[in-house]
Amino acid sequence: MNQKLSRRRFIKGVIYSSAAATSGAGYYLATAQTNSNAVVERLLSLNVNGQTRLVDVAPTETLAFTLRNKLGLTGLKVACNRGECGACTVLLDDVANYACSLLTHTMKDRTITTVEGLRTASGQLSAVQQGFVEELSPQCGFCTPGQVMSATALLIANPNPSREQARQALAGNLCRCGAYDHYLNGVMRAAELLS
Amino acid sequence: MTFMHIGKDFLPPDVEGKVTGDAKYVEDFAPEGMVYARLLTSPMPSGRVVSIDAAEALRMDGVLGILTADDLPPSSAPDDPVLASDDVTYIGQPIVAIAAISDAIAENAIDRINIEFERQGFVTDPLESLTEGGPNAYRDGNVLMQSNSLEDENATIRGGIASIKWPASEIEKLRNGLEPQGVDFADGWTYGDLAAGFAESEVIVEESFVTAGTPHHCMEPRSSMAYWQNGKCYFYASTQSQSAVVEPLAALLGIEAENVCMINENTGGGFGSKGRVYPTMAITGKFSQLLNRPVQLRITREEEYYLGVGRPGMQGWVKTGVRADGTVAAVDVIIISDGGPTGRNSASSSAQHISVVYTPSAMRLRNIPVFTNTAPRGAQRGPGQNEMSAAIAPIMDKAARQLDMDRAQFRRVNAPHSESPVYEHQGPVTSAFMAEAIDMATDMFNWTEREAAPRTRDGNKVRGLGVGLGYHAAGGNGYDGLVRITPDGRIHLHNGVGNLGTYSYAGTARAAAEVLKCRWESCEIVRGSTDLHLPHASTQGGSNTIFTHTRTNWVAAEDAVVKLKEIAAAEFGGNVDEYDIADERVFKIADPEQSMSYGEAASKAIDAGGRFSGEEYPDDIHPITQRAVQGIAGTGLVGVAKDNLEKRGIAPGLMISMAEVEIDLDTGKYAVTDYVGIADCGTIIHPQGLSQQINGGAVWGFGMAASERHVYDPQNALPANIGFYQAKLPTILDVPIEMPNGAVDIPDPYNPAGGRGVGEPSQGSAVAAVTSAIADALGHSFNRVPVTPDMIVNFASEEEQEAKLLALNTF
Repeated sequence: MNQKLSRRRFIKGVIYSSAAATSGAGYYLATAQTNSNAVVERLLSLNVNGQTRLVDVAPTETLAFTLRNKLGLTGLKVACNRGECGACTVLLDDVANYACSLLTHTMKDRTITTVEGLRTASGQLSAVQQGFVEELSPQCGFCTPGQVMSATALLIANPNPSREQARQALAGNLCRCGAYDHYLNGVMRAAELLS
Repeated sequence: MTFMHIGKDFLPPDVEGKVTGDAKYVEDFAPEGMVYARLLTSPMPSGRVVSIDAAEALRMDGVLGILTADDLPPSSAPDDPVLASDDVTYIGQPIVAIAAISDAIAENAIDRINIEFERQGFVTDPLESLTEGGPNAYRDGNVLMQSNSLEDENATIRGGIASIKWPASEIEKLRNGLEPQGVDFADGWTYGDLAAGFAESEVIVEESFVTAGTPHHCMEPRSSMAYWQNGKCYFYASTQSQSAVVEPLAALLGIEAENVCMINENTGGGFGSKGRVYPTMAITGKFSQLLNRPVQLRITREEEYYLGVGRPGMQGWVKTGVRADGTVAAVDVIIISDGGPTGRNSASSSAQHISVVYTPSAMRLRNIPVFTNTAPRGAQRGPGQNEMSAAIAPIMDKAARQLDMDRAQFRRVNAPHSESPVYEHQGPVTSAFMAEAIDMATDMFNWTEREAAPRTRDGNKVRGLGVGLGYHAAGGNGYDGLVRITPDGRIHLHNGVGNLGTYSYAGTARAAAEVLKCRWESCEIVRGSTDLHLPHASTQGGSNTIFTHTRTNWVAAEDAVVKLKEIAAAEFGGNVDEYDIADERVFKIADPEQSMSYGEAASKAIDAGGRFSGEEYPDDIHPITQRAVQGIAGTGLVGVAKDNLEKRGIAPGLMISMAEVEIDLDTGKYAVTDYVGIADCGTIIHPQGLSQQINGGAVWGFGMAASERHVYDPQNALPANIGFYQAKLPTILDVPIEMPNGAVDIPDPYNPAGGRGVGEPSQGSAVAAVTSAIADALGHSFNRVPVTPDMIVNFASEEEQEAKLLALNTF
């Protein structure tokens, strides 16, 4: 990652620029991305789900905000907006990343895949999606798109993972329903489908 | 009984949308012209708003409006107001709402509002407030008087708030595991002869305990969005029911219930915190009415921890008497509940847990809910039962050990069965097969052999085994069912219960398919929006959906079957007894050629009108269901009925868990290395869904045991847990890699489908199994959850614990 735009520096900037936090307790990361009306935006070309998308982006805008609010890709969820939960996981060049913790204007030369981009050309579910359906992996579903993307990244890198490897791959995705066991079953089922 | 659908896995219709991202949650909806509301929240834990100056904010370009407490229906303490004014009672409490054309402008406008506050004293620990001279959360007192105490003319009460103080000496007794004497309580109950029970006891164990309050951590915050059209409010919310919240929301907005359309297809977690209308809904509804534009109120993760309700904490004392044969003779419990600013507490259900799973002959609860200036409190998965389960398990283990009795066998001796009296009124249960569940778990875990094996230390690692029981009243009755068969032969199963991801909205609909003897592929579940004509349903909470709504679907389908037969009898002659159904046709038993399809019958039902097609309906159905039937009248054959089936007493959801933990004495870290969960939930309705609930609840149990808690800075009452990480819920690495589970699968006689719920007891049994296992490994019980690594390290190194005895809301 570009050192000048590291998450630490980004958050520090937010803290300094929004010292008057409304509650007086903690900072509002959300303020950073939504202060975009106050700054000049610039046109950016993004490669999302195999399509080139032109979008006006503010310097402080996160990828999660751009994808959800400007490109209408609401599959990824913003549950914490601070890199804790993984509900916003997308693939960058086939590697799982938290979209809430990336600045959109650093995405210029990257290939972005969201959960909406996983179906096959004929509209079929991907192996991970199918495996998750068969094992009834989701419960409430809010973390599911993130779990799907982390599992997809795993199977791209390692199509035949052990259950322990699958567990490690999903370790960055919180599920409050506690559906972990069924998600693991889903990943292992997906690996079977791929083989 | 052999079922076509019940007990078999199926594909719930909402699963695919969840894995593709097509499933929509509140913040995914953005209608044209939508504007944004933001909240100004309290920076202080206790005080009063003296004045609000929003002039500068309102002058900003793009700012559309403001709401303060004066713009909303009045509320009186200790209710959690939509916007606070006279009683500011916690940090993060909403005080002002601003609407603007963008989220950013609304947020910036919040910064331009000046509020003058009058500060007041505050308190974060109930025992501090209960001590003579201690601070109060409200000006007028520190304790919520329960309804029965409100009849006491001598109590000092204003709106349920009273002042009760205990001498410091009695507080100290409680902290040290002794019964306080000569002190007042707010509420309680008793049954049996307590003194006689202790007199006949071979073993008496007397301990104090403390359980932390915990946030819900719903992945989807309680955001909401609303717009108005033709005098009707279309409301998008994250709730546990489409139908149950309509009337309270209408009351909050001051409109008729028929003018509220609730849209809620998916809910990103509720766990009790979204079972009722949440106060901020009023802001969205009111702003959208005033501005005549769609308004979204996004609740941030941080705000969710402030204003989302949490589980109450408990500080308490329990004295247990056990006879020589291992049966529990008497239990005496004192609970001081941390009710936060609302006073809501689960003391009674905590004690009821003991009355059900240990079936003592005599019992007493004395309860005192104390207000604190912490997060508002409400129901959370197994409210009361689960935290009591965590606290009582090692205490019961101690009694079993003193009798030299196997801990699982001790629980089996006391296990509830179908004729066991429960609760303070010692009433019946619909059925209970706890002993069978204990036997199944004992076999699956190989408990007896493992329990008998010596505990050996491996370097800095020790291992322990634990057993825990879980209980929750898991089934209601009296709601309505609604099915409709249309001329195309499709069977529409209308369902107003919420969708938290348990899939019970779909599993219960299969009861109707069972009665109609139809293919599941012919059925469509109608749900997600009250405009789709949904019947009066319970919230999806209290583990009740399986029991409650298999019954409603059953009776509605039975009504449809009667009407099918009546229509066929009118066509082919004879009476209804001469007809039967099969393969989605109704036919004459004596001459099966004389038959018609469901679709043909639906056409004839429309022609016949009246009660056949919903123009008329039973008198006893709820007004919500009446409106739903009116909405579909004339479109098909309508089966509609209130669940008037017999129900005897409480429908218990019961669980047993067995766990092994490995504790690192150097770091204090521990892991659950083996786990088995077995349910007694009547007939298994949906095996995959049941597995999800057993294991998902267990993950919650591991979190309660190890890491989840409210923490407040005692100097300023600042909450330390305003993120997932800080009141840490378990990750996938915190749970065993395999979690085998099962169920006894014996039907409950008071449900024609046989099922009861179990979503909540699965947490209680799991946390109890872990606290029991930790005590087994260490030979010491902390009588506290969570058990954190520092506590274990301090114990292992014989150092004093950091927290004062029974301290709450602190590290």
